[in-house]
Amino acid sequence: MEIVELTVHELKEKIKNKELTISQIVQAYIERIEEKEKDVEAFITIQKEEALQKAKEIDEKTSNGGDIGDLAGIPIGIKDNICTKGIRTTCASKMLENFIAPYNATVMEKINEKEMISLGKLNMDEFAMGSSTEYSYFKKTKNPWDLSKIPGGSSGGSAAAVAANMVPWALGTDTGGSIRQPASLCGVVGLKPTYGLVSRYGVVAFASSLDQVGVLTKDVQDCSELLNIIAGKDEKDTTSVDVGKKDYTTSLKKDVKGLKIGVPKEFFAEGINAEVKEKILATIEEYKKMGAEVEEFSLDVAQYALATYYIVACAEASSNLGRFDGIRYGYRTKNFKDLKELYKNSRSEGFGAEVKRRIILGTYVLSSGYYDAYYKKAQQVRTLVMNEFDKAFEKYDVIITPTSPTTAFKIGEKSNNPLEMYLSDICTVSINIAGLPGISIPVGVDKDNMPIGMQIIANKFQEETILNVAYAMEQKLKFRENYKPNI
Amino acid sequence: MTRNYYEVIIGLEVHAELSTKTKIFCSCKTAFGGAPNTQTCPICMAMPGTLPVLNEKVVEYAVKAGLATNCKISRDSKNDRKNYFYPDLPKAYQISQFDKPLCYEGYIDIDMPEGKKKIGLTRIHIEEDSGKLNHDDLGGGTLVDLNRAGVPLIEIVSEPDLRSAEEVEQYLRKLKSILEYIEVSDCKMQEGSLRADVNVSVRKKGETKFGTRTEMKNMNSFRSIIRAIEYEAQRQIDVIEDGGQIYQETLRWDDVSGKTFSMREKEDAQDYRYFPDPDLVAIKLSEEYIENIKNSLPELPESRKKRYLEEYKLSEKDAKLITSSKYLSNLFEEASKISGNSKAVNNWIISDISRILNETETEPNEIPFDSKQLAKLVMLIDNGTISSSIGKKVLEELFENPRDPEKIIEEKGWIQISDESAIKEVVNKILEANPQSIADYKAGKDRALGFLVGQAMKETKGKANPQLLNKMFLEQLNN
Repeated sequence: MEIVELTVHELKEKIKNKELTISQIVQAYIERIEEKEKDVEAFITIQKEEALQKAKEIDEKTSNGGDIGDLAGIPIGIKDNICTKGIRTTCASKMLENFIAPYNATVMEKINEKEMISLGKLNMDEFAMGSSTEYSYFKKTKNPWDLSKIPGGSSGGSAAAVAANMVPWALGTDTGGSIRQPASLCGVVGLKPTYGLVSRYGVVAFASSLDQVGVLTKDVQDCSELLNIIAGKDEKDTTSVDVGKKDYTTSLKKDVKGLKIGVPKEFFAEGINAEVKEKILATIEEYKKMGAEVEEFSLDVAQYALATYYIVACAEASSNLGRFDGIRYGYRTKNFKDLKELYKNSRSEGFGAEVKRRIILGTYVLSSGYYDAYYKKAQQVRTLVMNEFDKAFEKYDVIITPTSPTTAFKIGEKSNNPLEMYLSDICTVSINIAGLPGISIPVGVDKDNMPIGMQIIANKFQEETILNVAYAMEQKLKFRENYKPNI
Repeated sequence: MTRNYYEVIIGLEVHAELSTKTKIFCSCKTAFGGAPNTQTCPICMAMPGTLPVLNEKVVEYAVKAGLATNCKISRDSKNDRKNYFYPDLPKAYQISQFDKPLCYEGYIDIDMPEGKKKIGLTRIHIEEDSGKLNHDDLGGGTLVDLNRAGVPLIEIVSEPDLRSAEEVEQYLRKLKSILEYIEVSDCKMQEGSLRADVNVSVRKKGETKFGTRTEMKNMNSFRSIIRAIEYEAQRQIDVIEDGGQIYQETLRWDDVSGKTFSMREKEDAQDYRYFPDPDLVAIKLSEEYIENIKNSLPELPESRKKRYLEEYKLSEKDAKLITSSKYLSNLFEEASKISGNSKAVNNWIISDISRILNETETEPNEIPFDSKQLAKLVMLIDNGTISSSIGKKVLEELFENPRDPEKIIEEKGWIQISDESAIKEVVNKILEANPQSIADYKAGKDRALGFLVGQAMKETKGKANPQLLNKMFLEQLNN
């Protein structure tokens, strides 16, 4: 097997056994990126020289008998809305085209502490608003399984880079499905942790009460490893929660005997592609065979989750994006006579259409006279959604649904139809609304050989359960051995 | 005289900067006067991805202020975002509190000539200050200084209970003194750490509905506030009397012309789109927490005043003046303790010290000397080292260049002459030079004695012991 095809836990073994040096690994990835980037267009910034230099330093350290951590030298890709000191963080926006943060996001500090090597910053929908990565100011990332199709979004660069073996794993962010949906569409594993498990400090905010950093990996074990690194209470983020130190790799036991699985029928109703539905139901059957108890139930309010999500997320976004005003950093128009024009033109020229659409929506729902009808009502529905999940988790250990209603669609197919695009998130948003953890794992392909992802959801801070349930199916289906993107 | 038919209604929103060492949502220093943008960090500059962390001291100080003003304290409170664009507001929203302020439904008592009056407080909430815009003299543009961005504020909102500029002054002085006493704000108005938005409306007496109000923002001197209210009330009355209409608007007070001006920009009713800040968790306060703060409150002016009436037998008027400021009050108590002569200390404070403060428009917290120095002054007079007229000079010296009064009189050669032979010499010299006064005295004009003593004082530059002088003149004249 080629170096770039290995999972991180496989790479770790080979480093430990001195079968591979860090320089060999990084070199292999750089070559892969240089070969495939023109097709996939996953990167906004590539850190070639820096990565090779770092690899050399780590190899020197070991050859001098120095001690390095078990993840030292492991390459990683970073979604471009996570602040990296000294390297630009663009959020795939013209607004931040040349923005270099003078600080690291807390998750970056953790990555650096482990001496992992960033290969670059990955493409995304502008400010993480979108489900196809078509709304990037810089480029359209392609799905490695079919270059005429979208990779999903907003962490489309992260998902495509992992699927195309351009990085062994990547960090993404998930506000309404932005890790799980592209993971599903690109046939990789994507985990959105419980809201509060991972620090948001230094992650450019889209919707503060929904945003969460997570991981995109080749398999579930890597997913657990990377979660180990990034999870934990951060004093810089008061919404982060202290759940104690956990080792998520120890929960991968494959055993699902007696596990109670809830299957919400609303997630298999109209709008869900038949092949997707069939594949997920078949996979659930597999769990049954493995000894799990499966029950269909109704998650009634979930049908309001999408509307709730777009109100809450846009409201918060309209406020969060106010700071991009052309005054202190970021894009400033050359065309202004007074302060009002400076604001107006900087923002009109610096933001893309989808971002503007959401700012306008968000401003509207917070306006006096509309606040009660929209924002307040949405918060009330949000409480109902949470309650309904709470009730469900009294009965079930996990809930299983499709991740995305369809497999990857063609580039350009939905980019001019916002409502259609918003429906891509129908299966994932309610999990953000309720602050729950969710994972997407690949469980098969459709007739066009495009991957189908399955979403596993558990109660708050029950990542161990999710990972174990995912791991069990991964071992059973051996998706990576059976299906590969032909790139 | 139409004024008499009208009632003036005033409500105040007072902003006080809290004297915490660090800002409300980051650990930058709050000190005043630093070079522009030196007290900033990615958080208070609103760099992308940064998050606020609430400074617990801010909550503590605000609760203190609430308890000291008889407010109820919210057990469950939160921060909200107030959204608007302005270059001094780097996040494009101010983190404030909207519908769940930390403190609510309080009051303070003010003393008016006609008696005590209760002024209701609607609420006290916490929020962050904005930065400052400076005109760039070189480049001709505007520069943003974010040192002040994120300095913690409390906003104290009064009920529309105030009826005159005098009441407003008493209210502000009382509020300022309370905040100083509990040490949550230094209340330096010149530095903008205490400033008020003043809402004024008028209505015909007997009317129960409020008139339309106008607002004057960011006023930071007692004098301007009083003048502005006087002017604005009269302006509104004149407009109404002329059959005109008052518009709800923000006015700018111009101190030079003594007038208010419409800001002209007919603000299309600002919509701040308040909503709960999702970056901050709810503020939950336990009974124990509130109880601990309650127990830590220092003695407040009202109670000190009562104590002064009994313990020091001060008059109502003197006790009120002294307790109106923590600084005066501490000066009084400490100097009294050291000197053992509270009566003399009281006299110095209510007469000469107050006079100098007034003349120089100085606030009590700016008094440059300390209680030890004042006590020493009192003791030097008590033990006859200096006369009280020299004492006044010493006090002036203390304001100019504070140092040990003993050193002052030594340097200046102001030690009182109590040596009999030296005094006798002076007395003889004055008598020789003023035969007419001797004749007047002998003719029964007692005033002549006063004149002679005065001349002798002049001769000794005030240093002669006045009792001794008096005694010796009498001896000589009656001989």
